[in-house]
Amino acid sequence: MTLGPSTDPRVTAAGAAPPKRRGTEAALLGFAVLITVAAQCIVDLTVTGSLRAEMATFSIWITLLWVAAHLVVRRFAPYADPLLLPTVALLVGLGLAVIHRLDLAAEQIDSQITREDAPVQLIWATLGVALFIGLLIVVRDHRTLSRFAYTLALAGLALLALPAVLPASISEVNGAKIWIRVAGFSIQPGEFAKICLVVFFAAYLVDKRDVLALASRKVMGVELPRGRDLGPVLVAWVLSILVLVFERDLGSSLLLFGIFVVMLYVATERSSWLLIGVGLFAGGAMIAYQIFGHVQARVDTWLDPFAYQDGAGYQLVQSLFGLGTGGLFGTGLGGGRPDQVPVAKSDFIASAIGEELGLFGLVAVIVVYLILVERGLRTSLIVRDAFGKLLAAGLAFAVAWQVFVVLGGVTGLLPLTGLTTPFLAYGGSSLVANFVLVAVLVRISDAARRPAAPQAAPPPRLGDAPTEVVKQ
Amino acid sequence: MNAPLRRVAISVLVLFTLLIINVNYIQVVRSEKLRNNASNTRVLAEEYDRERGAIVVGGTNVAESVPTGDRLAYLRQYPQGPLYAAVTGYYSLIYSRTGIERAENDLLAGSDSRLFVRRLADLFTGRDPSGGDVVLTLDPAVQQAAMAGLEGVTGAVVALDPSTGAVLGMASTPTYDPTQLSSHDPDAIRAYWDSLEQQSPDPRLNRAIADNYPPGSLFKVIVSAAALEDGYRPDTVIPAPDVLTLPNTSTTLENFNGSICDPSGEQQLIRALTISCNTAFAQLGIDLGEDRIREMSEAFGLDGESFDIPLRVEPSGIGDIESEAALGQTSIGQRDVRMTPLQAAMVAAAVANDGTLMTPYLVDQVRAPDLSVLDQTDPEVFSEPVSEDVAGQLTEMMRSVVDNGSGRAAQIPGVQVAGKTGTAQVREDVPDHNWFIGFAPADDPTIAVAVFVANGGGTGGDVSAPIARQVMQAYLEGQGG
Repeated sequence: MTLGPSTDPRVTAAGAAPPKRRGTEAALLGFAVLITVAAQCIVDLTVTGSLRAEMATFSIWITLLWVAAHLVVRRFAPYADPLLLPTVALLVGLGLAVIHRLDLAAEQIDSQITREDAPVQLIWATLGVALFIGLLIVVRDHRTLSRFAYTLALAGLALLALPAVLPASISEVNGAKIWIRVAGFSIQPGEFAKICLVVFFAAYLVDKRDVLALASRKVMGVELPRGRDLGPVLVAWVLSILVLVFERDLGSSLLLFGIFVVMLYVATERSSWLLIGVGLFAGGAMIAYQIFGHVQARVDTWLDPFAYQDGAGYQLVQSLFGLGTGGLFGTGLGGGRPDQVPVAKSDFIASAIGEELGLFGLVAVIVVYLILVERGLRTSLIVRDAFGKLLAAGLAFAVAWQVFVVLGGVTGLLPLTGLTTPFLAYGGSSLVANFVLVAVLVRISDAARRPAAPQAAPPPRLGDAPTEVVKQ
Repeated sequence: MNAPLRRVAISVLVLFTLLIINVNYIQVVRSEKLRNNASNTRVLAEEYDRERGAIVVGGTNVAESVPTGDRLAYLRQYPQGPLYAAVTGYYSLIYSRTGIERAENDLLAGSDSRLFVRRLADLFTGRDPSGGDVVLTLDPAVQQAAMAGLEGVTGAVVALDPSTGAVLGMASTPTYDPTQLSSHDPDAIRAYWDSLEQQSPDPRLNRAIADNYPPGSLFKVIVSAAALEDGYRPDTVIPAPDVLTLPNTSTTLENFNGSICDPSGEQQLIRALTISCNTAFAQLGIDLGEDRIREMSEAFGLDGESFDIPLRVEPSGIGDIESEAALGQTSIGQRDVRMTPLQAAMVAAAVANDGTLMTPYLVDQVRAPDLSVLDQTDPEVFSEPVSEDVAGQLTEMMRSVVDNGSGRAAQIPGVQVAGKTGTAQVREDVPDHNWFIGFAPADDPTIAVAVFVANGGGTGGDVSAPIARQVMQAYLEGQGG
């Protein structure tokens, strides 16, 4: 992972335009499509022995999808990072194959039913790509987003609070109140709230970072912030605790607070914020553990899943069985029994991959995520404006933190949470929201790698432009 | 802001490395354990996709897998129902497996390393892999006679080939139908399981090997062996008082029903065994001393250790002996002496085989699906508890038991039978256990047998000896003699 300044176009490209790398992106997308189609064929051949009739339609559809996305990037974000889109394409394609495989498993158990989750997921992916395209066309400069910071903050909070105030019959699935279920559709508004709040955090922190970076006194070598500046972090903390209490979702709570604290740290360059954040969260989690039975149950099953293997620990134990049975090379797509893990398509898709593609497959997926995240962080490193920096960092870290919390939960490293695996897991809201997220990253990376136009007005001083907008 | 950004990038790298390390730990280090966890139905489901090998007795399948149309491709069936349940065990979706189904699972399921080359060939030829067969040493006639003899009582029968240790028969009652536990309908399995669970005594327990019981007078064979090895002769006269007061106690030890062994207060060793005189053997044990008794017990296999045939056999032993009084009670097979019926059969078999005890085994051979023999069991010596001479004298004494003593019910016309009865007190308010061990023909034994009837309420001679006779007779007739 080279993150050094030598790759910074501002340093290298004194005059010569940096390469756009669109050809690389096209080639990698072709590779992703190849894997997507091959995986579908393997699943069909292993499970049913023949290719399904819709295979041709599927292949054309998925190809057109990425061709469209690629053409739009080529036209509207020509300098965008060439790895962002292909990694997403690979993850989505793999997810589609595993979901289709689980559809077939469900049909095998009960021949009366026909599961069509994979086609539905393909529709969601199409909608996601449409939003991706729309966002790239409409938003030509990511800095315009900062104008809507407070609107987005309100929207984010509303989305976050919605499941908590709705009756459990609409919002609760498996104990976590993070859903809105209407007319057969399930939406996790938290996925959208995450993006709205990251945009707001970025705009807000660019505005306030000078103040928040002020130190009052030094304790054991760490410069502590002033007492009155603790307000924002306390608000974020209270917010995340409220999510934990009212939505019973450790995942969203951990995700939001983690993102905020890391963005605060990046903005102020004060590691004391990290310590304060960790301390606050640990304290909050401890209190929640003492008070709330559901938190205790989650932690207890995490510590010893096999003691609860017929009850609360069933899912995790089945997931571990799947991973263990998969071993190094896996059983091959279609060869295992990933359907033994409840909700394998959404929360536990990683254990299905670990079982059928083995350690190698699962590590490959983790590395693909790592590439996506590190390219996002690289974008953050080289983009010129502070808002873009914080936004890219926030979004990239959001993906990283979510992947860590979900995969950690599925593999027993962390307590289980209700978060979904970005791009892989079955679920429309998660998929569509993450497409929006990556569209913003693509937009920022285009700005980051684009050579500064000499005829344009000199770029505003770091942090100035969004600050003014926010102050109005 | 770039310095903290780089640190964030590195932290992400660390977090993902943690994930990768953890996944490695699960999928490599813990893989084997997770895969073989009893609750992991994946491997089981995989097994059901494969044709499981048969368990064969006398050329007939007593457990076999038949193809079905449902999701689990093969159904396990036991054509003879409960007849071989004690040995085969069951193969259940819900309650795992027991017996040979468990002990030889790798081979039956086809995952045994001895089948590796064949599995590889299956892979290339596209043939569905299947498991190997297990051929048992059991003799159908012996098994049927044993089950018929045990009808209506709680108990067990074990028959051995004394010259090899091959188990010719192993029955335990009450028993169950393994087919019903091996169905593909979880509700039906549970219902049957619950009905078994509610029964008392438990039909699932294999009394032949999985539990041990006080042997009573059977133990006098071992005390006799110790005496003969120590220089006694069958005609050596030993004290046989009407009532024996145990050393350093006021406890008295009497004979069965308070009878008198000999008006003179002493009798020949052979006579003491023939009529199963308690006072004589208690005194004899005390005179020989604990070491002699313990050494001889251990040599016969009562060493407190379990072993596999390949089913696990509960330990048999004589326990701790704190005093001479305890030694006296031990010498008539009471106190802490415990034997599995298999162990009792081993005592008879050792005497029958000129003093050499062969290791008991249930699996004669294992075969690949193409019927080629993968492994043939070679008989092995377990121990040599007594010399050939002493074995001859013991045979003479045990013949006397059947000819004119407590074991007359085991007599077979035209065949010399040797044996010993046992009637073991359990508790005051519970009927006695009834035992018989024996072998035939006494001059050239081909079968040794132990019959155990729990709380039979009679004596070993009148409850268990007739069952032993039927079992031995069934075998000898089948052998053409």
